[in-house]
Amino acid sequence: MASETSSRSIAESGERAAARSDTSAGTASRTASFQVWRGAGNTGGLQSYSTSVSEGMVVLDAIHQIQAESATDLAVRWNCKAGKCGSCSAEINGVPRLMCMTRLSELDLSEPVTVEPMRAFPLVRDLVTDVSSNFRAKKRIRKFTPRPPDAPDGTWRMQQSDADRVQEFRKCIECFLCQNVCHVLRDHHLHEQFVGPRLLVHAAQLEMHPLDSLDRTGELKENHGIGYCNITKCCTKVCPEHITITDNAIIPLKERVVDKHYDPLRKLVRLMRGNKTGGGKREAARGNDARGGGNAL
Amino acid sequence: MPEYQTHEYDVLVIGARGAGLRAAIEAAHSGASVGLICKSLLGKAHTVMAEGGVAAALANVDDRDNWRVHFADTMRGGQYLNNWRMAELHAKEAPDRVRELEAWGAVFDRTADGKILQRNFGGHKYPRLAHVGDRTGLEMIRTLQDYATYQPIDVHMECTIVSLLKEGNRVTGAVGYDRDRGRFKLFAAKAVVLATGGIGRAFSVTSNSWEYTGDGHALAYNAGAALQDMEFVQFHPTGMVWPPSVRGILVTEGVRGEGGILVNREGRRFMFDDIPENYRNQTADNAEEGWRYTQGDKNARRPPELLTRDHVARAIMKEVREGRGSPHGGVFLDISWIKSKLPNAEEHIRKKLPSMYHQFKQLADIDITKEPMEVGPTTHYVMGGVRVDGDTQMSTVPGLFAAGEVGAGLHGANRLGGNSLSDLLVFGKRAGQYAAEFAGRQSSPRIDQQQADAITNAALEPFNRDTAAENPYQVEHDLQSMMQSLVGIVRREAEIREALDGLKVLRDRARKVSVTGNREYNPGWHTALDLQNLLTVSEIVAHAALERKESRGGHFRDDYPEKDPSYGKFNIVIRKGPGGDMQVTREPIPDLRPDLKQIIEENK
Ligand SMILES: Cc1cc2nc3c(=O)[nH]c(=O)nc-3n(C[C@H](O)[C@H](O)[C@H](O)COP(=O)(O)OP(=O)(O)OC[C@H]3O[C@@H](n4cnc5c(N)ncnc54)[C@H](O)[C@@H]3O)c2cc1C
Ligand code: SF4
Ligand code: SF4
Ligand code: FES
Repeated sequence: MASETSSRSIAESGERAAARSDTSAGTASRTASFQVWRGAGNTGGLQSYSTSVSEGMVVLDAIHQIQAESATDLAVRWNCKAGKCGSCSAEINGVPRLMCMTRLSELDLSEPVTVEPMRAFPLVRDLVTDVSSNFRAKKRIRKFTPRPPDAPDGTWRMQQSDADRVQEFRKCIECFLCQNVCHVLRDHHLHEQFVGPRLLVHAAQLEMHPLDSLDRTGELKENHGIGYCNITKCCTKVCPEHITITDNAIIPLKERVVDKHYDPLRKLVRLMRGNKTGGGKREAARGNDARGGGNAL
Repeated sequence: MPEYQTHEYDVLVIGARGAGLRAAIEAAHSGASVGLICKSLLGKAHTVMAEGGVAAALANVDDRDNWRVHFADTMRGGQYLNNWRMAELHAKEAPDRVRELEAWGAVFDRTADGKILQRNFGGHKYPRLAHVGDRTGLEMIRTLQDYATYQPIDVHMECTIVSLLKEGNRVTGAVGYDRDRGRFKLFAAKAVVLATGGIGRAFSVTSNSWEYTGDGHALAYNAGAALQDMEFVQFHPTGMVWPPSVRGILVTEGVRGEGGILVNREGRRFMFDDIPENYRNQTADNAEEGWRYTQGDKNARRPPELLTRDHVARAIMKEVREGRGSPHGGVFLDISWIKSKLPNAEEHIRKKLPSMYHQFKQLADIDITKEPMEVGPTTHYVMGGVRVDGDTQMSTVPGLFAAGEVGAGLHGANRLGGNSLSDLLVFGKRAGQYAAEFAGRQSSPRIDQQQADAITNAALEPFNRDTAAENPYQVEHDLQSMMQSLVGIVRREAEIREALDGLKVLRDRARKVSVTGNREYNPGWHTALDLQNLLTVSEIVAHAALERKESRGGHFRDDYPEKDPSYGKFNIVIRKGPGGDMQVTREPIPDLRPDLKQIIEENK
């Protein structure tokens, strides 16, 4: 245990880390330029600002500094400043990211840093977009409906390994960066037909939830447009929570849909068995290989 | 004359995180029509940031736990200034509220036999915090949010309430503006529930977001409601200290719950040096025992790192002040040492504390599985708030309810970690239930148009001022630095008085604040309005801090460093006097019910 000697080594290692952090975070400040999108509705453009920065800062800090110094009405969303709330999504040098988790030290400051709103959503003002379509889309997915409790006291039992499966999806912070890059939404504007990757993660969470008892494959196919996804994986690449959206959520869902709605033999067997819960549900997830089974765009 | 969008509800809930969502759900369950308002998007803000867990005596990990022990722990932590009725209800009802979350879809970490897993936390005798890694708040919020999505609740996102409306003594609704367009909204309501959270933005080093400007506290105060315990601000012992831009961001107590230890620059585990008398029996006296405790050994006592937050925060301050701090003015918090105890320690840490791992890696370039973190105290939580009836959560103003951080009573002088998330659920539900009941007995409210016009005209003033006047961000910044240095962790009479004078000056400056641009999503304007609330709550905190001439819980007076038993008999209550002045009174705490007294004795 941490006897006197080993806690001394903790202090030493702490000193080293602090010193390294000094260099990498950089206390020295210098001036950096930013090109920030300003405007509302359909009008607007990039505007230049410069402010003094140190490399330990994140992009959101720079935006706040600009706001305090020279653009008091610069609109930006944020809350936690620690990558936990998913409010501060933007496109930084063209890359969709969280402003609060993007350190300036990662960026080339010899060039102006561009900061723009998420382009797949209607602009409210400056860096703020209207993301309300995502909240509406959620309402269309049928809600969590648990099986009857396992124990007389009204509680359930589940193993950690079962929990792990959906906990990955439940990490989602609703930053909507994945919705922002999905070409079905961004380029083809099929918001009414396709719920998008975030909501498919939500659906996967429900479908693979150890306690849930509904079967949403029908609505996924008919109403939520899962077939529009052609597995480009752009959504997975931008997820700040590192949720493997395509491989772990969308593909298994597609497999289930195919399994339930295209494979007559299996359908028959299932009808005869007359259930979908428990092991059957999980087996279906592993089911036959039906990658890309949907109608690609 | 300003134009309004008007809405009418039986119950209007202001605040849509843990407490507000739970209240809205309950009111909707009771059949009331419900409006739910929040400053940011649904599912963002504070509750989402909560990491460690939610406290409930489920006894899944240690079967010796029950509501009585939880009650006794909460009272001891609060140094007996708690509203004991609330502490009782909270301890009794928290387990049901947590199980209910599971029925609504929450997926907590599990025990080997498939039940909800619980972890150790400061001040809790047994492992009691149900959790999901270190993102419990997110799990809770998403569960409530998703559940509420299917309830008949009208949600107004990105809408800020600037004032409550009253008719005679009774609350009749509220006035707010939507952030995106800057249009005013009028809400008529038979009952109003405040669930607006805390006041952390009154200080410069804080774990709280821009939302925490004490709006609910100020709304209630201005509507004539009494506030109590406002001197008790919790400084969490472990916030990040480096790099400067992340100063204040929380490092969950879960790190210490999993075995993390605090070490000063000299390599000394200083928490062993000063263990308070009333915790001595429960605290390990050697490192080995402390480690065994964190690993679930029922015969071991907790390590001193898991003493209450007020104590740990002051111990850290002492190390720093006496020159034994870490290079950036904190101390070292180390979890990597457990590799000498566990074979797969690195993976274990990443699994148990994923967002801490991420946060340090990304923001500070520190790998917590290999090296220590630098941490120091950060403003975290306000124990004080709206004085309420313990059963119904109604304030001293009829029809006005409060739940969650904006309410007071449960935590007394110091909140135990994990007792906030359970507070939100237990008292959010109660507030929703009793607000709906109250609404059922009321006639439709009448909105006084002139009252509303006066409020909106005042709100628009910053647009009409000379642009060369004061900058809202600058005034806010100056207020925060002043409060941090004069009414922060360590307080003295002369400094508190200096702060009160300073607040007068800042109030004058705030009157001159001007903003540019138009009303659409204009953060400068929002800040100018929030500033009014910050000034009000800062003044309340300072007055309360001046009045309590002793040290207890979150309130430490350098000029009265000891606890004074005579101060243990009352709460400090502040309300707005008839002339608009702040009235400070001492209200006696009702005698403890004999059965509860006995529980406390038994658990000493
Ligand atoms: C980083 C961090 C970690 C924490 N970890 C834990 C933990 O592990 N365990 C624990 O028990 N507690 C923890 N806490 C404390 C706990 O999270 C908070 O006390 C709790 O979430 C407060 O909940 P609430 O519902 O009262 O307020 P909040 O969740 O803050 O919600 C306030 C709501 O009010 C709205 N609002 C505010 N003002 C207005 C206005 N004028 N008009 C309209 N709407 C308004 C906001 O938009 C928001 O919706 C933590 C806190 C922080 C900051
Ligand atoms: S994988 Fe599917 S959901 Fe993800 S970005 Fe590509 S098309 Fe969109
Ligand atoms: S899935 Fe990932 S990218 Fe998409 S909203 Fe959730 S956290 Fe953001
Ligand atoms: S501010 Fe919360 S994720 Fe960036």
